[in-house]
Amino acid sequence: MSESKKWDWDTSEELIATPSEWKTKFARVQEPYVSPDGKKVAAIARNEDGTYTACVNGEAWENTYENMWNLRFGPDGRLTAIVSEAGEWTLAVDGVPWENKFAYVWDTKFNEDGQTIAVKIQQDTRYGLAVNDQPWENLFEHIGKYVMTPDGQYMAAAVQAVPLGQAEVFKFKDEGTWTVAVNGNAWEKIFTNVWGLDCSPDGKHVAAEVRMGLYDYTIAMDGEMWPEKFNCVWEPVFRPKTSEALATAPVRAAGKWTLAVNGKPVWDSKFVQCWHQTYSPDGRKLAAIVAPSFGQWTVAIDGKLWATTFNELVTDLTFSPDGNRLAAIAKDDGHWKIVVDGTPWPAMYDMVWPPVFSPDGSKVASKVEKGGKYTIALNGKPWRECEALWNPVFSPDGKKVLVRCIEDGKYYRRIVPISEF
Amino acid sequence: MAVPATKLKEKKEIIDVGLEEGAARLTYERIEQVINRVITAEMAARMKVYVDTCIHCGLCSTACHYYLSHGTPEWAPVGKVKQTMWEILEKKGKVSPEFIKRASIIASTECNVCRRCSMYCPYGIDVAYIMATVRRICHLLGVTPQYIQDTAHSHSATMNQMWVKEDEWIDTLQWQEGEAQAEMPSLRIALDKEGADIMYSVIGPEPKFRAQLIYQAAILMTAAGVDWTMPASPGWDNSDMAMFTGDFEMMGRIKRTHFETAAKLRVKKIVMGECGHAFRSVYDVGNRWLGWKMPPIPVIHATQFYYELLKEGKIKIARKLKEPVTLHDPCNIVRGRGLHEMMRYLVNATCENFVEMYPNREQNHCCCAGGGVINCGPPWKTKRVESNSIKAEQLAATGVHICIAPCHNCHGGLEDIINTYKLNMHTMFFIDVLMKTMEIPDALKA
Ligand code: SF4
Ligand code: SF4
Repeated sequence: MSESKKWDWDTSEELIATPSEWKTKFARVQEPYVSPDGKKVAAIARNEDGTYTACVNGEAWENTYENMWNLRFGPDGRLTAIVSEAGEWTLAVDGVPWENKFAYVWDTKFNEDGQTIAVKIQQDTRYGLAVNDQPWENLFEHIGKYVMTPDGQYMAAAVQAVPLGQAEVFKFKDEGTWTVAVNGNAWEKIFTNVWGLDCSPDGKHVAAEVRMGLYDYTIAMDGEMWPEKFNCVWEPVFRPKTSEALATAPVRAAGKWTLAVNGKPVWDSKFVQCWHQTYSPDGRKLAAIVAPSFGQWTVAIDGKLWATTFNELVTDLTFSPDGNRLAAIAKDDGHWKIVVDGTPWPAMYDMVWPPVFSPDGSKVASKVEKGGKYTIALNGKPWRECEALWNPVFSPDGKKVLVRCIEDGKYYRRIVPISEF
Repeated sequence: MAVPATKLKEKKEIIDVGLEEGAARLTYERIEQVINRVITAEMAARMKVYVDTCIHCGLCSTACHYYLSHGTPEWAPVGKVKQTMWEILEKKGKVSPEFIKRASIIASTECNVCRRCSMYCPYGIDVAYIMATVRRICHLLGVTPQYIQDTAHSHSATMNQMWVKEDEWIDTLQWQEGEAQAEMPSLRIALDKEGADIMYSVIGPEPKFRAQLIYQAAILMTAAGVDWTMPASPGWDNSDMAMFTGDFEMMGRIKRTHFETAAKLRVKKIVMGECGHAFRSVYDVGNRWLGWKMPPIPVIHATQFYYELLKEGKIKIARKLKEPVTLHDPCNIVRGRGLHEMMRYLVNATCENFVEMYPNREQNHCCCAGGGVINCGPPWKTKRVESNSIKAEQLAATGVHICIAPCHNCHGGLEDIINTYKLNMHTMFFIDVLMKTMEIPDALKA
């Protein structure tokens, strides 16, 4: 949002580049990606000599590479790709490779403003993260999921800290081999498994879902397990906007799921499934995707259910910035839908992308697909169809939408007043 | 191609550290407590109905390849239930550690949960479900064969079956892509391509031992002009040995990762490689444990996908295989999904001389590898092969040298049978057949 204030919200139409023509310059061109502000469109391109480069607004990066994949723009508009030269891998940022090279690199992540870029690395069969070109001092047997704080100062990762021989089943389950590393420093406590994790926004606390032995699941915070054990848990999240460390996770007991904060159930209701819990930005409301009965899916807010259920899937739960509204994607009888505050838009789609709220929460927009064509729907009303497009962004005043789209092979950056929907 | 008489003379004791050490840690109290918890909190009402309804008629016996291969009552489906669940329920869980060890051996290595016997039972009693529940009890008691337990551990740590590390997975895809580009320059294995039509998923052994299958899938997808992707993160493996050890919590975690990976990539469907048990785990068991009645993103088994591509004319057959072939119907996609006629369409479209094996379709004998039995590893191999002499007879009677088997476990199991019984045959996946018979458009050739 703070970034988007600086963007051009006045030029209604800007032809940025014509990706369909790039095929004439290169042997092969892959699918395009666009920058958050819409000013750049880029694709991985292969030269006739077999080397790879990135083509940005029609211009190739100066450097070419043996291989290249995972082209991604960061929130600040810098373009990254995972590249290899002479059998070694690294990250290239706006065409310039990091100085450090590794045996392998993957899973790029950015912090909120894009100034911190992290990747997973493998070097000499040791695993860890590299952050802004600096590898962790300590590397591990393996690495699982990782997260970073919005300011990019803290990274927490599930890591295998203890080696394991072939078919060492008792060592694996009794002694454990996994733990959590924060900025490369591992917790002392070793677990059988560590999966999803979260950092508190200030980076002071880390919580992770763990298993001790084969049957006891719980959440470990800062290396200490909740005293309560469960039959299963899912990944925790921290409640924002509080100085307390409140790790919140779905827990399963006696065959039913509910939500617990620091080990204690917070909702009376129990569900066949409960996951993807999310707090409103101010931390006051807690919502989750739930299955109140087998094969029926909906959303619970502070334990109360939406009136509508969907028989296939609910996903991508999103609060409005003020926390008063909630949207999600649902799938029902094979059709994809956008649901806002429990009410689905009338139209059904072949695919939908995560809903986006306007800053005041009064409008919802989403990229949707029908019959191989894409459009943006705003409060359920479609804009015109395009060959390709990207998620909409509202202007800071909520009156316009940035539409990044490809029409007739040309990539346009458009500012569309909401009245045009 | 006569089959040597290899009926198992006596049961040799097989030492498996997972079972021995697991059983050594048990106490009578713990056994009773765990069993009673499963009885009260987990067992479906149908278990009691099954146990109460069974009239001990033995009609299920001749359904089971173990019985047909050994010929004595303890190998009959009802015999296995008698030795395990009846005893457990009758004694209300007051059974010994030795009993649990034996129950684990029966449920994990003497039953493929293939569900053939339920078709023969006049009451439709699902012995596979009963054996799966025995495995669940054994899992909760920590008495599971070592190798399959190790596989379940791999799933838990890496979300794949073979301890394949994240970088090894991506590296393997890139390696196969590079190799395949020599044959088809425009080919690409697109990683994490959001919004592709299809996510292609495989099982752990493919990147580990059978990477050529990924190569072949990439050739097929490119020739058919399919918009497809593969995930660069865990979730790529659709297999699930936790389902077979009875670790349902882990099964759920694996399936969740798989489906959420597909949902995140915004694909319209998942196409999976030629694997049977994995199909069962995504289509029937694992999805349902999570609360999804059906897969939340549709999953198509490879054989159905090939069938659709052929029917729609997206791939064409340039030449048919001349050698006679037979077809093994995998339990999980035939009794479990009814894909047998589509497979026959595929065989007839690609092969000149198709010789059915008998029995076939949903009556086919199991390979004896599925249901996690082959995953119990080397200690159990001889017993597994000896327990399926009936399959060797069935294969030999076809008189052909090629057996198409669109399932990984079936492949492993059938190869072991073919070698042991010296059947002078080899197995092929449908994708192997397609690579030999499919038309590659000139524009795509190197
Ligand atoms: S192996 Fe198949 S036929 Fe034999 S008991 Fe098990 S499920 Fe029944
Ligand atoms: S056929 Fe059915 S009723 Fe008869 S013994 Fe077997 S399981 Fe029992």
